Amino acid sequence: MDNKQYGEYVKSREKRSPIVKNCFNAFITGGTICLAGELLAFGYESAGASAEDAPLYVLLTLILLSGVFTGIGFYDKIAKFGGGGALVPITGFANAMAASATESRTEGLVNGTAVNLYRIAGPVIVFGTSASVIYGVIYYFFGG
Amino acid sequence: MRDALLEFSKTFLKAECSTVGKKEYEGPLSDYFDSWEKDEYFGCRSFDEAESEMSRRNINFLLSKARYSYGDIDVICGGDLLNQCVATSFAASGTGIPYFGLYGACSTIAEAFICSALFIETGGAHNAVGFASSHFCSAERQYRFPLEYGSTRTPTAQNTVTGSGAYLFTSDRCGVRVKNALIGRIIDKEITDANNMGAAMAGAAADTVLRYRAASKDEMDSFDYIITGDLGREGHEIAAELLRRQGFTAGSRFVDCGMLIYDAEKQDVHSGGSGAGCMSSVLGAYFISRMRRGEIKRILAVGTGALLNPNSVLQKKTIPAVAHAVCFERED
Repeated sequence: MDNKQYGEYVKSREKRSPIVKNCFNAFITGGTICLAGELLAFGYESAGASAEDAPLYVLLTLILLSGVFTGIGFYDKIAKFGGGGALVPITGFANAMAASATESRTEGLVNGTAVNLYRIAGPVIVFGTSASVIYGVIYYFFGG
Repeated sequence: MRDALLEFSKTFLKAECSTVGKKEYEGPLSDYFDSWEKDEYFGCRSFDEAESEMSRRNINFLLSKARYSYGDIDVICGGDLLNQCVATSFAASGTGIPYFGLYGACSTIAEAFICSALFIETGGAHNAVGFASSHFCSAERQYRFPLEYGSTRTPTAQNTVTGSGAYLFTSDRCGVRVKNALIGRIIDKEITDANNMGAAMAGAAADTVLRYRAASKDEMDSFDYIITGDLGREGHEIAAELLRRQGFTAGSRFVDCGMLIYDAEKQDVHSGGSGAGCMSSVLGAYFISRMRRGEIKRILAVGTGALLNPNSVLQKKTIPAVAHAVCFERED
C-alpha cells in the first residue's frame, strides 16, 4: 500500500462528524443567543432606552456574559454542544478574546495578555477591516 | 546491525510509579494508578508549572516506593511535549541527578527506557530513572487553542492524557527485566491532518512491530501483550489492518494504552488518549504491576510518536512518526 492508497484508506474509514445533528445544535444554540438578544432589547427599550441605544446595550450585555461564562469555564461547554452556533455570534468573538487573555496572564500583562489578546480573534479584525475598506472604495466610485 | 535488536543482559526494572489527573483517574484504570490529583493546576500558578509539579511528585513517589533517595540515582532522563522540554527540566531541577532531556513526542517514554538501559548496560549508571509526562491543559495551549476557547473536535481527534510515569532501572537483579529493544525509524505516511495522529502513527507502529518480528524470529507468539502507546481507536485499527496485510495477526493481545486509559462510552475523548504521559502512566500502572503479580510474563511496549509541531501543521507539512519497541520480561 503506497502513501496515496494509505491516505485514501484512512479517509475512507474516518468517521464523519454528524452534520445534521451538529447543524441542529448550532441552530438551537445560535437561535437561543439571538432570542436572548431580542429579549434584552425589549427589556432595555421598555426600561426607557431609545430604539437606537437598545441594540448597543444588548451587545455590551452579551459580550459581558460571554466573558463571564468564559471565565468560569462554561462557554466552551456551550460551544462544544452548539459548535458554529456559539462561535459565530458576537459572544463567540468575546469568548475567543477572553479565553486568550486569561490563559496568557501567566506571561504578564504586556507580553502575555496584551500580545495574545487577538491571537484567535485577530483574523476577524484583519479581514473585517479589509472588507470594509474594499466596500468603502466600491461605494465611493459606484455608490452614487 | 541497524535491524538487529539491542540486547540487554543486566538491566532490571526495580520500581515504577504513575501520577495522573482527574479525568484519567475517573477512567477504567483508576485502581492501578499510584496517585492522582483533582486540581488541574497541581497547586501551581500555571499549567506548565503544574506538569513539572506532577512529574516532580511522581519521581519522589517512585524513589520512596523503592526506598531510594536522589543520591542513589546516577542519571535521570525524560521528556514532555512542551517547548524545549521545560516541564521535564523543572521537574528534574533540584534533584542534583545528572540529567538528559529527551523528545520523541508520545514515544518519549520508550526513548527513556532505551536510554536508561544503555546507561546501565555500558556501566555508565548503576541506577537510572526514565520518565515522561504530558498535561492536557499545557498541551492544548502548546498545540491547539486556549483552554476556554469554544473549539470543536473531529471524531478522530484524541485527548491528551494528564499523567506522568517514572521508572527506576537498576543493574541489581530483580523482578522484571528489560530484555531487548528496537529503535524505530521515521515513517511518513503523508498524513497532514493533525486531528488524525493515530493514522499518522499507525504506519510507524506497524513498521516497528514487523521489524521486531523479523529480528526476533519467532518470539512474537511468546508475548502476552503487544502494547502500542497512543494510537487511539482509529490508529490502532489501522495498525492492526496494516499488520494483517503483512501476515501478522496479534488479535486481542494487540492493545493500545490510549484506548485503555479512558472509557470511550462514558468519557468524551473521541478516538482515545494521547500524549507523552499516556504510555508512561499506563504501562507501569497496568501492565508492569500485573507482571509483578505473576499474571503476565512478557510484553512488548511500542511507544509511538507523531513528530509534528504547530507551525509544521500550518505549513501543511506531513506528519512524520516514529515507534520504538522495548521488551519487558518477568524474572522467575
